[in-house]
Amino acid sequence: MKKLLAAASILALSTMPGWAEAVKIGVITTLSGPPGYIGEQVRDAIALAVEQGGGKLGGVEVELVVEDDGLNPGNGRQIAEKFVNDQGIKILTGIVFSNVAGAVVPDVVDNGAFYLSSNAAPSNLAGAGCNENYFVVSWQNDSLHEATGAAAKSLGYKKAVALAPNYQAGKDAIAGFKRLFEGEVEEIYTQLDQTDFASEMARIRAAAPEVVFQFHPGGLGIAFLKQYQQAGLLGQIPMVLSEPSVDGVILNAVGEAGVGVKATTHWNEDFDNDASKAFVAAWRAKHGDRPITYYAQQAWDTAQLIGSALSKATPDDADAFRTALRAADFASTRGDFKFGANQHPVQSWYMVDIVAGPNGKPQAVTKDKLRDMVGDVYADQCKM
Amino acid sequence: MRPGSMILVLEQLLNGLQYGVMLFLLAAGLTLIFGIMGVINLAHGSLFMVGAYAGTLVAGATGNFWLGIPVALVAAGATGLAVEALVIRRLYARDHLDQVLATFGLILIFNQIITLTVGRQPVFVAIPESLAAPVELLPGLFYPPYRLLIIAAGLLVALGLYLLINRTRIGMLVRAGATNRDMVRALGVDIRLLYTVVFGLGALLAGFAGYVSGPISAVQVGMGEQILLSTFVVVVVGGVGSIKGACVAGILLGVVDTMLRAFLPGLLRGVMPASEADALGIGIASMGIYLLMALVLLIRPKGLFAAGG
Repeated sequence: MKKLLAAASILALSTMPGWAEAVKIGVITTLSGPPGYIGEQVRDAIALAVEQGGGKLGGVEVELVVEDDGLNPGNGRQIAEKFVNDQGIKILTGIVFSNVAGAVVPDVVDNGAFYLSSNAAPSNLAGAGCNENYFVVSWQNDSLHEATGAAAKSLGYKKAVALAPNYQAGKDAIAGFKRLFEGEVEEIYTQLDQTDFASEMARIRAAAPEVVFQFHPGGLGIAFLKQYQQAGLLGQIPMVLSEPSVDGVILNAVGEAGVGVKATTHWNEDFDNDASKAFVAAWRAKHGDRPITYYAQQAWDTAQLIGSALSKATPDDADAFRTALRAADFASTRGDFKFGANQHPVQSWYMVDIVAGPNGKPQAVTKDKLRDMVGDVYADQCKM
Repeated sequence: MRPGSMILVLEQLLNGLQYGVMLFLLAAGLTLIFGIMGVINLAHGSLFMVGAYAGTLVAGATGNFWLGIPVALVAAGATGLAVEALVIRRLYARDHLDQVLATFGLILIFNQIITLTVGRQPVFVAIPESLAAPVELLPGLFYPPYRLLIIAAGLLVALGLYLLINRTRIGMLVRAGATNRDMVRALGVDIRLLYTVVFGLGALLAGFAGYVSGPISAVQVGMGEQILLSTFVVVVVGGVGSIKGACVAGILLGVVDTMLRAFLPGLLRGVMPASEADALGIGIASMGIYLLMALVLLIRPKGLFAAGG
């Protein structure tokens, strides 16, 4: 009887808030293969945010559980099932690629957990497929490239070749670019594991467009930019790119093959606001010269959002936690930030020039604001 | 045909030739190892990767591209000899399943070693300045000189191998070994030494191919497996044990594969939306070399230039 009482009281104690151990945050991300550095940026930025808070986010003790999805939707799903069903994790984030997100997110939210995207935001989850437990801190895939279409149009180009890998985010990229470019676009689809683009270079040359738009994240982007230069196209046909094709690591790797490119972004290292400066300073103090990418910035913002919600509610109280997340009550590194009707960001977009930096490496310099506080085109279709 | 599209065809032919030469460099070693030693070596792609990493890291550290070549050759060759002495030598008498298992294990071990020592991020090497600017081969036909150099190097290696196999004593033994292994052994030739030489040679070629492919694609963990499957197709189509077969089949398959990838989506676009045409076109294109293999095997079951045939 005594034993039973003791067991019951322990059980009662452990379910009480405040007594519970650290809140676990499940990070599923891509750490292997050519885009492996993206996952490292995501992981390290979230870890940095936790470290800055002394092991806490929003004053609540947290524990990170990180696993590599290997850019394989099946792996991602298995990890998510383990996180949610076996380990009882309520907050998940970190997925880099839309094909993995497409397989994982519905499963996670159906099981009552929260998914806060620090990167991938495919169109099929932004409109009719939206969910009250699914938040996106980065951007909706299309809007990332709509800004680029707007930039190419404002630069006076009318004929473009658009290249992207043949998967959901690639299709979203070209759809987004075309939406605001409004000119003539020839589409070329590549493969997500392709690293030799000789054949595409020949097709670009034959098409002779006024501008080239390409979306190739991670190692693919590095190979593409280098081969674009090797094929002699760099000086001939200008490129206007969205941020995944010119992140900090890519610029660092391609060297002068990146100089002269124009790009669009929602955040850049040189942003003049306190949150951004604090993030950049923290990264520099911890990682020194290591390139800093917008993947890290988004993951950092995601950690801040989690902190802002944890300070108001526990994820076990789903309704209160959701309300706290919706408020987006945190200082974003990009300045103004709020959630739209589909819980995707409403934010501004900027043009950046890639110029030769002081150390010989190209760097991005922020120019004009292209779009002011816009959401995405799928928000209307979302019924919650 | 418009002159522009003629140039596009020529450029894609060159791309196909370059890919074919790369396939040949890998297939030459593989076909000898398979034909003479009777060993299915799945870890051949790992030697490709070891050469690429060793050369690229040294080239990156010293800033000298050319220095990477001997380093890649030595690293891949030494790794090949070590693998032969430690693992492959125990597999000669075993059946093919054991060989596949053991060499597949080697792939996992090599990939993990590279992940642990170098990391997951791909490493890069810049091509030399002198080869960076594209050259105009014909009016309007610009082509990266680096890719031309790969083609030239591959063809030179083919010539060198031809002379080695057909004009030297070692080559005679290799040919004899490919035709009838047991007879060569019965005649008192030191078959063990021959095996080591052949394996080392195959490793050298794989390492060279790995290093020169570095600047145009990414040097990354698992890079060898991506190209290994096509290499096996080349070996089968060319005929096991035949260098000539590897050369002809490598270039043939390289050109066929590239041309299908380049032009099939465009042809299909006439009848369907672009993203579907590209998916289907590339899908069929990746089947192309296997269809070709099936066709060749139907007509010549031992491959185009079967050794001893």
